[in-house]
Amino acid sequence: MGYHGEAKRFLESASVEVGDTVRIKKPDVTYEGMVLDRADDADDRHIVLKLRSGYNIGVEISDASIELLERGSAPKIELPPLEVTENPELPDISIISTGGTVASIIDYRTGAVHPAFTADDLLRANPELLDTANIRGRAVFNILSENMKPEYWVETARAVFREIRDGADGVVVAHGTDTMHYTSAALSFILKTPVPVVFTGAQRSSDRPSSDASLNIQCSVRAAASDIAEVTLCMHATMDDRTCHLHRGVRARKMHTSRRDTFRSINSLPLAEVSPHEIRVIDGNYRERSSEEPEIMDRIEERVAFIKSYPGIQPEIIEWYLEDGYRGIVVEGTGLGHCPDSLIPVLEEAQSRGVPVAMTSQCLNGRVNMNVYSTGRRLLGAGVIPCGDMLPEVAYVKMCWVLGQTDDQYEVREMMMKNMAGELQDRSSIAYFRG
Amino acid sequence: MDWEKIGLKMGLEIHQQLDSKSKLFCPCPTELMDTEPDHIIERNLRPTQSELGKFDRAAFEEAMRKLHFHYENYNDGTCLVEADEEPPHPLNREALEIAVTVALLLKMRVVDEFHTMRKQVIDGSNTGGFQRTGLVATDGHLETPRGRVKIENLCLEEDAARRIMETEDGVVFRLDRLGIPLVEITTDPSIRDPNQLRDVAYQIGQILRSTRVKRGLGTIRQDLNISIRDGARVEVKGVQDLDLIPEIVEREVQRQLKLVEISRKLQERSAEVLDEIHDVSGVFRDTESRIISSAESVLAVKLRGFDGIIGTELQPGRRLGTEMADYAKKRGVSGIFHTDELPAYGIGEDEVKELRRELKASDDDAVVLVAHDRDKAEEALREVIRRAEIAIKGVPEETRKALSDGNTQYLRPLPTSSRMYLETDIPLFRIEPEFVERVRDNLPELPSEKKERIMREYGLSDDLASQLVRRNLVEDFESLCRFRVDRTVIASLLAYTLRELRREGHDVDSVDLEDALKLLEDGKVSKDALRDIIASMADEGTAAEEAAGRLNLLLLSQEEVESVIDEIIEANHDMISERGMGAMGPLMGQAMGRLRGRADGQMVNRILREKIQERL
Repeated sequence: MGYHGEAKRFLESASVEVGDTVRIKKPDVTYEGMVLDRADDADDRHIVLKLRSGYNIGVEISDASIELLERGSAPKIELPPLEVTENPELPDISIISTGGTVASIIDYRTGAVHPAFTADDLLRANPELLDTANIRGRAVFNILSENMKPEYWVETARAVFREIRDGADGVVVAHGTDTMHYTSAALSFILKTPVPVVFTGAQRSSDRPSSDASLNIQCSVRAAASDIAEVTLCMHATMDDRTCHLHRGVRARKMHTSRRDTFRSINSLPLAEVSPHEIRVIDGNYRERSSEEPEIMDRIEERVAFIKSYPGIQPEIIEWYLEDGYRGIVVEGTGLGHCPDSLIPVLEEAQSRGVPVAMTSQCLNGRVNMNVYSTGRRLLGAGVIPCGDMLPEVAYVKMCWVLGQTDDQYEVREMMMKNMAGELQDRSSIAYFRG
Repeated sequence: MDWEKIGLKMGLEIHQQLDSKSKLFCPCPTELMDTEPDHIIERNLRPTQSELGKFDRAAFEEAMRKLHFHYENYNDGTCLVEADEEPPHPLNREALEIAVTVALLLKMRVVDEFHTMRKQVIDGSNTGGFQRTGLVATDGHLETPRGRVKIENLCLEEDAARRIMETEDGVVFRLDRLGIPLVEITTDPSIRDPNQLRDVAYQIGQILRSTRVKRGLGTIRQDLNISIRDGARVEVKGVQDLDLIPEIVEREVQRQLKLVEISRKLQERSAEVLDEIHDVSGVFRDTESRIISSAESVLAVKLRGFDGIIGTELQPGRRLGTEMADYAKKRGVSGIFHTDELPAYGIGEDEVKELRRELKASDDDAVVLVAHDRDKAEEALREVIRRAEIAIKGVPEETRKALSDGNTQYLRPLPTSSRMYLETDIPLFRIEPEFVERVRDNLPELPSEKKERIMREYGLSDDLASQLVRRNLVEDFESLCRFRVDRTVIASLLAYTLRELRREGHDVDSVDLEDALKLLEDGKVSKDALRDIIASMADEGTAAEEAAGRLNLLLLSQEEVESVIDEIIEANHDMISERGMGAMGPLMGQAMGRLRGRADGQMVNRILREKIQERL
């Protein structure tokens, strides 16, 4: 319960619990309503009441008295199980949830919003999915996207691997949008999948009728049933509820804090435009569905530093990481891949201690080229690994994974610079960056 | 009518847009836009699961079909918040202050903590699928000559998007109106007298006008709740003219009484509605009715025991058949035919007989026809069947539209109770008692108080004072009263003269009234000249003195006046000797003819009188 301090004592004085109907009397007004829970971070001077009109208000308690009118019952949402018969003609798609909720149920009596994870819940919210596939749903864990850690990438990868091994024709992963592109990049390296693995989520919460979750999940299931056997990310293509873009998992980036079309492919085009009914391929250069067995390489090194270069950055920051035993460093440099001269000695020191340093660009669009200016050349001389047109976040994830695979400095360098999942490409097309 | 006996109960719900600088949850302006939109966004809304209850694909798809919308956006006039692409910004404090002001004027108790709620609305008028609303105050009251009326709730909420048009592909809304702050004021439903209902509406309107609210068409909406004991609750939307309220109530009561009577009659006759829809196109193969011959098909339904009932008048000019037609029209047909009104519309007696024979309808039965393409006609007849079944039971709960003659027309079934839950994107808002007290200490004068005061303070007539209050001109008036000029002159200038000039096409809004009044105060022009001077200032864009000079309206000195009067007396010597003081009238006329606007009438009168007396 969110009540604490005075408010908690006030409720306890009349043995009132959340859900009970009460009368609260103040010198100039009397309210009757149901006691609702109060946010943990709110003050302890108010009780939340849901009045008969449906409105919630906060009642200040310093001069109030409370009387219990009726015991309430805990809100329970129980819907009868669905009777859905499997269609042998359709593919079997698994939807696994990591905490981004693509469906919710609202209890209007109390106003509580419950995330929905089961296949039944998903189908109740999106019955159209049955036209595309037989749906299996499973919650792996329930954490906010910002609390994701590399170890959860591994857990997610294992869950997806199990689904594929158990016969899923495609897997959809529901994920919070903030760090979705980190996880999609991680799975791109960890898994070798013969079927599509599609990440999706929502920018507008799924309890609202306007949520983008619905189109996103429908398009994701469509993509998971397609021929594109890569780790991808499927979200709104525009602000319209019409189509989604299917981005390569190592090329997508969240580019807007709130818009539905926040995810964009950087230094590449989306693989496809997807609607609930069809999939239109944009870039035909993808790995096709096959009947091979899935493979998993799930060793990860978590002690990798991810540092943004900025005017005034001090070498001590990097020294600290070295002292603390970090095993790799990814720098998000300026422009073509630079950082201040003052950092070069400490980067050389890293090299001599066997800690690889990789360079990306905070421009995001375009590739690093460290031969143009003297600083770049000096950085190369210090052993810094240039990361081409790889996104900084992807380079960070890749470094975590590469260091999980090998300790050999030479191999680390080779692997970082070699394209493994579409994260690196030599050609920069004009089409990748439009005004 | 004995309202007590029929158990009449009424309530009022008023929505008023507030005149805050920005919207309730974003910084956009609160003005409507009339330029072409910069972007159009396409969206679908989805009914939430709990709404559907059981898993019914057909019902779900039917629901989804209607939930496709287009929203018009502007680069400058609207932002991502209205487009449901950005979370709401914190509550607009200016709007809350206006709402608290209204609440206190209605003697309400303001809540301690304001919680923004999401009220589900999936007709597309809100991009999020819900309207944001919160309870500001409860427990108020108003005094009326017929007793005290309780004001139950005052809510602060967002206005909905503006419906622009309907296309094949769905409804188009404009986002300019979405998010303009509104107060919603509801009385309790215990008003028993139609005149009291009008008084309450009028008083609330007056109170609202004393605060910072929007003026003009569409900025205030009045809804009435009306029920009688054996009837049902009916919500009448869109009442424009408050004086029409008693008439609307009377006609609604009459309608409900008639429906109760009809239901009793139908039950006595064991009336019954048959589900079967018949294709009777064959009957009308050679019809002379244009409407019918141009339709793809003619479908019919038999209403057993309804003969003579469908034609029963419920309100002047509206029959049970009209109600059925209103239901049918919701399905896109233009109307229905029924046997109580046939033969007519080119449908002959033989065709009616043939129709009855075809449906095996006895003389006690009625038949309803719809001519249209098959699907639409069938859907329309299903609505007719639904309405006919209700007629057997009694009065349906409905939302109805107020018509300009006092009648009401079916809009839709009464909405079920609101589905509301907390808007978690907006922090709870503590309304500090100090804030409420500060608003209480600065409450605006109510219109009635204001009128009394300016009558008392400035000696204005009831009529002039009412005009100034009604037209929101009291502030201007009081500011202009610093000129030592007759207050009635200032008041009638503001209340009438300017309005007349404006109507005549003079652009008086740009005129510096102070300049003109200064001239009057200095005695350089007469008050009679003010109107022409202001008109000229407006047309020529000149200063007051220049305008007066050009129009030859500057007052003459006493000597100049005397010399003009001397001339007149000289020329009328004979008349004066003949009539003595009796010449006063005609000579005054002559004098004013030459001096109007350039000399004060009283002065002319005085000088003329003296000069005549001198002669005598």
